[in-house]
Amino acid sequence: MTFPLDQIFVVAKQWMRGYVPPIAWPVTSAILSVVPILIAFPLLFAITTLLERKGLGRIQNRYGPNRTGPWGLFQPIADGVKSLTKEDIVPLTADHAVHFLAPLLLVAAAFLAYAVLPIGRNMVLVDLNAGVLYFFAVGSVVELAVFMAGWSSRSKYSLLGAMRAIAQMISYEVPLVLATVVVIMQAGSLSTVSIVEKQEGYSGIWLHAHSGFIGIIPHWFVFTPWGFVGFVLFMIAATAESNRSPFDLPEGESEIIAGYYIEYSGFKFALFFLGEYLGMFATSGMAITLFLGGWNAPFSFFTWIPTYVWFFAKLLTLIGGFIWIRGTLPRLRMDQLMNLAWEFILPMAILNMLVAGVWHFMPGGPLRWLVCIVIIAIPCVLLSRRLKRKKKFEIRTYSFAN
Amino acid sequence: MVGNGILKGLTETARNFLGSYVKKDRLTTVQYPEERLPQIENTRDFPFLIYDGPDWHAGMRCVACQICEKECPPKCIFIDKSKDKKPDAVGKPQAYPAVFNIDISVCMSCQICVEVCPFDAIKMDVVYDLPTDDRFGGLLLDKKKLAKSNEYYHQIHPTEAAAVDGALAEERAKADAKVKAAAEAKAAAPATPPPAAPKPAAPAQPVGGDPQ
Repeated sequence: MTFPLDQIFVVAKQWMRGYVPPIAWPVTSAILSVVPILIAFPLLFAITTLLERKGLGRIQNRYGPNRTGPWGLFQPIADGVKSLTKEDIVPLTADHAVHFLAPLLLVAAAFLAYAVLPIGRNMVLVDLNAGVLYFFAVGSVVELAVFMAGWSSRSKYSLLGAMRAIAQMISYEVPLVLATVVVIMQAGSLSTVSIVEKQEGYSGIWLHAHSGFIGIIPHWFVFTPWGFVGFVLFMIAATAESNRSPFDLPEGESEIIAGYYIEYSGFKFALFFLGEYLGMFATSGMAITLFLGGWNAPFSFFTWIPTYVWFFAKLLTLIGGFIWIRGTLPRLRMDQLMNLAWEFILPMAILNMLVAGVWHFMPGGPLRWLVCIVIIAIPCVLLSRRLKRKKKFEIRTYSFAN
Repeated sequence: MVGNGILKGLTETARNFLGSYVKKDRLTTVQYPEERLPQIENTRDFPFLIYDGPDWHAGMRCVACQICEKECPPKCIFIDKSKDKKPDAVGKPQAYPAVFNIDISVCMSCQICVEVCPFDAIKMDVVYDLPTDDRFGGLLLDKKKLAKSNEYYHQIHPTEAAAVDGALAEERAKADAKVKAAAEAKAAAPATPPPAAPKPAAPAQPVGGDPQ
């Protein structure tokens, strides 16, 4: 069942397209789909910067920005004006072309990922049948942009920051993709739209005849053992991918200052900022699509609320989670970061694929749950003990240096 | 179990987040231009010149001895001594500063000028919001801007001001007694010429004024 408000944007697009001759329909259609994305997500970025500063402030028992406008609501505008009017400094020895292109490429790559995100019912830019693959392919362009920025600045801090960022992003790209494999296994499709459609439906109870069926447990993949583990692993990897705390090693005030974008100022710096947040939204959107039922409502009696509202509500919740995590955790050390990726998250992701297989072939029931949970829990405990063990530092003996 | 500490941290930050909306005493930030913390009594930043009585020019204690100018480590004081003399607080004719400038962009608030002043004429102020859009002229304070009343001094540093007033009064009493003794000695001496000269210096202003 659909409700009129749900399809209002789709209908509006059809209606607007009706004003141009049929030969221009593809172009018009593309523009009408792309422009809202180009407006909505940067707007969300502006809101998020404010929410983040407010939220972090409150977490630290501060007020956060409260001077620009009522409750500091105009702070993003002030920030935007500031970054636009700042002087744009390019180092004398920098590779100017690459230095200029890097922030643009980062933002462009971040925007490209939105093409396959289903924001609402019938609201996806292109329903690629390899949508998930496309998403991660485009997402890995970000690494190139980061390295372009670090390399072209011709500054040791930039380069070191870029090296760190690349090491971190490539390390976490592997578990990020492996965590999604379980969903693809279960859904049997790489298309984001059909993955969301697979998560429609609810388990629930029959009440009286007049109220009918009440669905209280949605069939989201996160409510299965493999889905839950996959979601947690995906979010950890996504946090590392978007260089956010506690994985914000590419930038560190005390060591390499702003990392790979240290030589950027003014609007280019703002573009990096925008690109990072857009990447974070995109991966969050992908997590919603893969695990949190996309635009589906959590309860069957909430399906009258438009689907895009649900998508953005889930997105804001995840963003809130990111902010909360950032306000809580101190950053990891480089070796801890790498150990976490290769010694914990990667084995767990591979194990999770096994769990998904077991889940698929076992008959439904409590036994299936028990077996899957045991398969996950025991290695999880063992691996985490391995991570926690104390490392012995020994005095290194050099055979030839003495 | 891995993650226990993370959960503990997350509850702590959540408690901070929610608590800051409920409990006002969690937010310790002082919203500066509207709210200000009370200053401690010994606060000091830049020097000012004290005058007694209602007229800032007539009552200025400074006699342009230029000791502070010489002692000032960053040389931020500039004094031009007057050619003529004006009566000071006790009526004694004294030189006065024709120009007295302090460049507070140079001043380092060391208080040496205050310590060397033999006339208790220069003291430290507590005003800290002195922003200006003219960084040369706006930060060069002249005699008029520097002059502040003894009552103001009592307001900002009550204990110190009372001590200074006491010392000044004592000194004046001593001087008065000396003058009186001299006059009496003169009167006791064979009456030569009528004692025309030394009137007991009647203070032009209430010396060592009360705080109010």
